[in-house]
Amino acid sequence: MVGQRFVEALRARDTAGSWRVTVLAEETRPAYDRVRLSAYFDGASAEELSLHTPDDGVDLRLGEPARVIDRDRRVVTTDAGEYPYDALVLATGSYPFVPPVDGRDARGVFVYRTLDDLERIRAHAQNARTGVVIGGGLLGLEAANALRLLGLGTHVVEFAPRLMPLQVDEAGGAMLRRYVEELGVKTHLGAATTAVRARADGRVQGVTLSDGTWLPADVVVVAAGIRPQDTLARQAALPVGDRGGVLVDDACRTADERIWAVGECAAVAGVCYGLVAPGYAMAEVVADRLLGGQAVFPGADLSTKLKLLGVDVASFGDAHGRTEGSLDVTFVDPATRVYAKLVLSDDARTLLGGVLVGDASAYPTLRASVGGPLPGPPLALLAPAGAEAGAGTGLAALPGAAQVCSCNAVTKDHILGAIADGCTDVPALKACTRAGTSCGSCVPMLKQLLSVAGVTQSKSLCEHFAHSRQELFDIVRVRGVRTFSQLVTEHGKGRGCDICKPVVASILASLGSGYVLDGEQAALQDTNDHFLANIQRDGTYSVVPRIPGGEITPEKLIVIGEVARDFNLYTKITGGQRIDLFGARVEQLPRIWRRLVDAGFESGHAYGKALRTVKSCVGSTWCRYGVQDSVGLAVALELRYRGLRAPHKLKSAVSGCARECAEARSKDFGIIATDTGWNLYVGGNGGFRPRHADLFASDLPTDDLVRTIDRFLMFYIRTADRLQRTAAWIEAMDGGIDHLRAVIVDDSLGLCADLDAAMDRHVASYADEWRATLDDPERVRRFTSFVNAPDTPDPMITFEVERGQPVPAGGRVPLGLPTSMGVRR
Amino acid sequence: MTVDVIALRWTAVCAYDRLEPERGVAALIGGAQVAIFRTHDGELFAIDNTDPIAGANVMSRGIVGTRGDAPTVASPLHKQVYDLRSGDCLDVPGVAVGTHPVRCRDGAVEIGSATDRP
Repeated sequence: MVGQRFVEALRARDTAGSWRVTVLAEETRPAYDRVRLSAYFDGASAEELSLHTPDDGVDLRLGEPARVIDRDRRVVTTDAGEYPYDALVLATGSYPFVPPVDGRDARGVFVYRTLDDLERIRAHAQNARTGVVIGGGLLGLEAANALRLLGLGTHVVEFAPRLMPLQVDEAGGAMLRRYVEELGVKTHLGAATTAVRARADGRVQGVTLSDGTWLPADVVVVAAGIRPQDTLARQAALPVGDRGGVLVDDACRTADERIWAVGECAAVAGVCYGLVAPGYAMAEVVADRLLGGQAVFPGADLSTKLKLLGVDVASFGDAHGRTEGSLDVTFVDPATRVYAKLVLSDDARTLLGGVLVGDASAYPTLRASVGGPLPGPPLALLAPAGAEAGAGTGLAALPGAAQVCSCNAVTKDHILGAIADGCTDVPALKACTRAGTSCGSCVPMLKQLLSVAGVTQSKSLCEHFAHSRQELFDIVRVRGVRTFSQLVTEHGKGRGCDICKPVVASILASLGSGYVLDGEQAALQDTNDHFLANIQRDGTYSVVPRIPGGEITPEKLIVIGEVARDFNLYTKITGGQRIDLFGARVEQLPRIWRRLVDAGFESGHAYGKALRTVKSCVGSTWCRYGVQDSVGLAVALELRYRGLRAPHKLKSAVSGCARECAEARSKDFGIIATDTGWNLYVGGNGGFRPRHADLFASDLPTDDLVRTIDRFLMFYIRTADRLQRTAAWIEAMDGGIDHLRAVIVDDSLGLCADLDAAMDRHVASYADEWRATLDDPERVRRFTSFVNAPDTPDPMITFEVERGQPVPAGGRVPLGLPTSMGVRR
Repeated sequence: MTVDVIALRWTAVCAYDRLEPERGVAALIGGAQVAIFRTHDGELFAIDNTDPIAGANVMSRGIVGTRGDAPTVASPLHKQVYDLRSGDCLDVPGVAVGTHPVRCRDGAVEIGSATDRP
């Protein structure tokens, strides 16, 4: 992680390209987020954990660890060859410390550091029932979560008398223990592991504790701490610290002026740091130095905020009150299970540190205030309800030099400067300062700083409405507004535009206003919805009939072929398992639909901000691996949600087994079959900014699955911004996917009955828009090329033939292929 | 000061009622394609049907609305907004569509085109 950050920092600053960078990596995967490792067992893929951004200017050598440093020749040797260097940066991290306990070589004893470790644990845990984690610190609780997610009965053994002894105090540890035990994780505190016992076949059988307890276990994970990986440096005779780690000065330079060390392998003035934030700070220092800067390591902020086993835990500053004469202010609420402690200076004026367990919402403000005056009355800051007020009063009082984002060392002054330079929203601040781009815990503060600086973040849709889409939706729904004219007269100004009119059209359609081109609604529709087809760059349209789940009979396939042939349409298979027919002129559309509708087709809504397709793999009907009928479910879902208008297009897919051939995790809602039901993933996206969907619910029976999707879609339709896909909607949601789950699974807002009823109305009122058009001559009359020459085609639309099919004539974008490739025409 | 006197020939294209409020139609006038719009207050505007940026004949299919006081249409391809009165593109400086005289006479929409003889 730190190595990756160093490379990014160097590449970002080295605009002249003065450094060529080679990365020698021991692991076969590019850098990934070790902090969230247990998420790997909670549905996150290796790609999602990846921190790597491809960079052509970096020679990344995976699975090629450095073996020897030859300082005289300035060469690093690997198994594959030699790499000369002008500067060498050691970012070798650390290795897990395994206490010298008898039997630790038994099969089934693992360390917890890499994705490969997790793979090994998972493989071994296949038939296991019980797991023991040795170590109750941060890493140990992460590992316990991993075992729990694998379905194992989990024990945690900690030598200290409390969990997370480095970060929290005794009372905080007790609160944490209550949370952890409630999740079914058993804790054994103040106990050492004295032996690991193995069966005759070499597999682990259990562990013995110092108090004599015998814990049977099929899996043992050792998470008892880390040690700096400084072997290379030792071999190269670089000085190391008393407790390991390559000795570096405050510029992160080793005793060799051309060799630097960053992250867990470095000992700055003899101290190693096992947290990512100090490592990132070191990476920035070295990047700066290599480009001639004079940066120094500012000393580490050891504050941490984590979500461990679903519990928020934070500690900052002098959490243990070690400062002479310091005072504690403690807040304990057994009802809400919140523990908070502030450590104050002897005059109770200066905040020195603190511990938060159960609710860490006050963390960003408090951490930034360490060393300065208390940003408000202590109780107001600590009580959960006071977090908001505390943050508000605290921010203004915060000194400019206080770090708002400790991951990236961004101060309040930096952020206010960026706002003064024109950053007017959180994404701009992130891009400009990097604040909020790592752990994200300071994002609420960024928002507050924007308002402190007087930036009102406009939610106006456009000049005609000072409302967000969600507000307009509520106005239309609650007041029963049925026309744009009524809405713009009563709640807006002017006569609308290409932004607000389609939004209002979509809202009216979502609320069931019938045929989308009736009356005034017609004038609101974008050209695609107006002509029920997709406009192309030459002004012709493409036609996509619905093929639910991608399943089609030979007879229907032949009809599509005949229509394409008879109307001279370019034909292409889409990514959504359907067929797109291009080059139709406006006046041809009704005749094309007539042929398709007569053969049993209907509109595929490829033109609408609406459900597009539900893709599927072939499923258990044919596939020897399939465990459920993915095609059947995909067809049912596509028919249920067809025609549903939304803030943006909706895509879905169903896979019949975990091999995921339908690519469901790239969809707004994706379903993957399990042995006993369906896993539902939400918020996936392909396109411009790819994002894998998050696991939302597991092993659902079909009825529950459908109800959950109903609510997900309806809640999205009601609350998302204009053109906001589900991925961005969830990311922007306060509380994220947990909040979403609370709303549509636990009904925390009492909305579910309403959402269910809205979806039932949609399903009951669905009608095919193509057929509805054909059934009414007045509606068909709109589909003319020229009002004074209805049968004359646009003379400017002409085609030429490419690869046997019609394409727009002239002005095509050249492919730029070398002629030797012999592209066949 | 010179005054160009341009004589117009008026061509009827359709009944006024054929135009939907805040929507356009295309018409063929000689060889030229003209987009005709009826705004919310009943006024008529006519501009070239060719999108000057994309080159396709699509302007009649754009969304009609207002920007400030200006009646507008947005190109359906890439949404640049044009002032229906002047033809000026309000999003891209220096770009404009041609405008055409248009009127309603005896319930018919007529487009005026320049002619050599009055």
